[in-house]
Amino acid sequence: MQSSLTSLSRRRFLQSTSALAVVASAGAKLTFAAAPRGAGYEKLLVLIELKGGNDGFNTLVPYTDSAYYALRPKLAIAPDAVVQLTDRAGLHPALAPLKALWDDKSLAVLQGVGYPDPNLSHFRSIEIWDTASKSAEYLQDGWLTRTFAASPTPAGFAADGVIIGSNDMGPLAGGGTRAIALADTAQFLRRARLVHVEEARGNKALLHVLKTEGDIVKAAARLDGDHEFATVFPATPFGNAVKTASRVIANRAGIAAVRITLNGFDTHVAQVATQARLLTDLGQGLVALRSALLEIDRWDSTLALTYAEFGRRPQENRSAGTDHGTASVHFATGGRVRGGLYGEAPNLAALTANTNVAHAIDFRRVYATALDNWWNVDAQATLGGRFAPLPYIRT
Amino acid sequence: MMASSLRIVAYGLRAGAIFAGAALGVANFANAAETARVADAAEPVRVMSAASLGFDDARLLLTRTGFGATPAEIAAYASLTREKAVARLLDATVTTAVTPPPSEITEAASMRRPDREASADERKTFRQQQNRAGLALRAWWVHEMLVTPSPLTERMTLFWHGHFVSSQQKVRLTPLMYRQNVTLRANAVGNFATLLHAAGKDPAMMVYLDTVQNRTGKPNENFAREVMELFTLGEGRYSEQDIKEAARAFTGWSIDRDSGAYVFRPRLHDEGMKTVFGHTGRFDGDAVLDLILARPETSQFITSELWREFVSPDPDPREVTRIAAVFRASNYAIKPLLRELFLSDSFYASANRATLVKSPADLVVGTLHSLDILPANALPYAVACASMGQNLFSPPNVKGWPGGEAWINTNTLLARKQFLERIARADNFGAEGNGVAPATTTTADRATHDIRFDAGRWFAQIPADSGGDAPSRATRVLLPLPAVDPIASDIDAPNAVRRTLQDAAYQLE
Repeated sequence: MQSSLTSLSRRRFLQSTSALAVVASAGAKLTFAAAPRGAGYEKLLVLIELKGGNDGFNTLVPYTDSAYYALRPKLAIAPDAVVQLTDRAGLHPALAPLKALWDDKSLAVLQGVGYPDPNLSHFRSIEIWDTASKSAEYLQDGWLTRTFAASPTPAGFAADGVIIGSNDMGPLAGGGTRAIALADTAQFLRRARLVHVEEARGNKALLHVLKTEGDIVKAAARLDGDHEFATVFPATPFGNAVKTASRVIANRAGIAAVRITLNGFDTHVAQVATQARLLTDLGQGLVALRSALLEIDRWDSTLALTYAEFGRRPQENRSAGTDHGTASVHFATGGRVRGGLYGEAPNLAALTANTNVAHAIDFRRVYATALDNWWNVDAQATLGGRFAPLPYIRT
Repeated sequence: MMASSLRIVAYGLRAGAIFAGAALGVANFANAAETARVADAAEPVRVMSAASLGFDDARLLLTRTGFGATPAEIAAYASLTREKAVARLLDATVTTAVTPPPSEITEAASMRRPDREASADERKTFRQQQNRAGLALRAWWVHEMLVTPSPLTERMTLFWHGHFVSSQQKVRLTPLMYRQNVTLRANAVGNFATLLHAAGKDPAMMVYLDTVQNRTGKPNENFAREVMELFTLGEGRYSEQDIKEAARAFTGWSIDRDSGAYVFRPRLHDEGMKTVFGHTGRFDGDAVLDLILARPETSQFITSELWREFVSPDPDPREVTRIAAVFRASNYAIKPLLRELFLSDSFYASANRATLVKSPADLVVGTLHSLDILPANALPYAVACASMGQNLFSPPNVKGWPGGEAWINTNTLLARKQFLERIARADNFGAEGNGVAPATTTTADRATHDIRFDAGRWFAQIPADSGGDAPSRATRVLLPLPAVDPIASDIDAPNAVRRTLQDAAYQLE
């Protein structure tokens, strides 16, 4: 059942692509055997990295908790300023655009996402998230790389995943995947003209260069990059990244995952203005993404997840900022997301001075949900252990 | 040194004949190592060959130990024996830069970051000043890479920058990053033991790895861990207890707030007994570094890292053991190690050709150097390196740039190819060049507007025996392998260079 459903949607895909001739010529390679269990890669995963570590306590504000106000004399957001979601939790005012998603029940707010034995180094902690490793375990490949190695995307796809506006391949790092990194589709296509496909031969380093060239050519042949949306994207670097992502997605040539980065959350100093600007970017960007994907009828087949290396410390520091913390709040949204609060708010009253909170949701459960319940691939194969999915996807 | 001079160059007369043949053919990457292996199997002794390197091995030696090479430079080394060529390289090293430091560094007098009482304006002014100084510093170094009399010295300084990592992102005081660079260069081909002690007490390093936070009663293990894991022994060759004890020994290492110089603060130092690697005593930081240096793993680790830098991604365990022994026997003098590497048959083995991915600095500086182009302003080239994933003075994390294949993804490869295309079209010869500024979108694109490549002069430097047509001559100078995408022989000289730069093999060394 599953595989015939998948092949049906794949066929629809292929028919709609402008690069039909290219795909048809490669038709012999289009076998479904490569995707065990009928991996549902016609469904898209959009990852949004909140780089630097977003402050979860001022993202989802426990606005009735006196402990929160005691910990943050300078940074706390007043009860009447928050965008109330429940009688205890409200969003940062800059995230007001997300209220509409909350109201139509397509915004899942995941509280306390983290992992045991947290590491407070940006580099190490994002490596843990990107490779989905244990705290003391060092893995080479990104969690999406491992997923695509075990359950390949169809050969006709333009790429397994696209990294927008960053050289850091994050969850797509490591060998084997067809991961495209680009800043702008038009620039990518213009530059791609410099690349010619050559027969793969030679040593490992040369093969890697030739494979990358092949990935470029293959993706460029299937991407057109000039889809015009009626949606107005925010005029910020993040807004542009969302626009580029939307254009990549609009190709329908097949992309399983997209990663966008919103940079600058490492707010040790004077956090208020910085975080407000970044969350404005995030809120407007997510709403623009939704609007653009609704235009092209992809919102129902899109799951967007935010992630970051860590959150911030509950207690503000002496520079009107916050230091590296542990578990934080993240969002899941998309046409098939079951909105609501997940996990639980940390008990701030129980904290000793300047300590961090324990996690409520292991981040690998968030990944497991995307793997098991969204893509229908074997989460355990990727995550190296059993992590119970969360019910944030409607089935 | 002694050990190496007793070694025997195994290719002897037979290989000499092969080398003579190699000098005649562009694509004949004579396999001296094959011959060597046959001889080696019997007895690992070596006689010094009187054979000259020839153009291809001279090219290999210069490009791998520097940043590109002009045809004239390659020709000058081609007539030397391996021994003489390596000796010339090692004799030419320097300890200071010839480019004077930028005024932004010398004038950025303040060694203090804004304190907690600083106003938003003060913070902003500080940030802008440091950013300006940071850009000037990057341009300064790229300029030095271009004009240095010893590219090997800069190559090694860059190697140590990626080894003894500090990043301006955390350090923030640009003059400290400059001083660290000066220290790395002063010891780049000197003595590793001296370098290790200097790097440990380097103020930028002490900020970057939190040594300044490390005090008695409140130890911070950051430096103690990384010095063992990344700088000397390698992961897993120490215990967690060794790190805890070593961290106590490093307490008291601090920085003078006004001068930014290293200072020892006895009151912050843990005077107690420490046990590291089974040795117990009232160790201070220098004593722990000496204990680390006494471990054979350190010489092995550094030798392996330098093998990956210069020879291949996969160190040969037997050779590493042999060369590491030379390294230790010389009390960590770096030149004898480099000499062994550069003289080794593995260095020239055909199996190891083009197995190294050029770093962005190597690609950018090496391309300019190889084409004999000296831009007036180096800053755009530093920015170009950053766009390809190597922002000098800001490695991504304490492990440094991962290097190798990680340099190449679709984004960085296209940035590289775009840069090379701009360079090639900077001459008046290209179909779209003609001095007309193309519509540019990136700084890397703009970088190429003030430069000119003199194709006529460049081709004239290439030896006459390199074949008649322009593509053969260009690929022989620029590629470590025959072109993957063969270039038609009737193409004109400037376009032969352009096509060669776009070949996949050009990404490799």
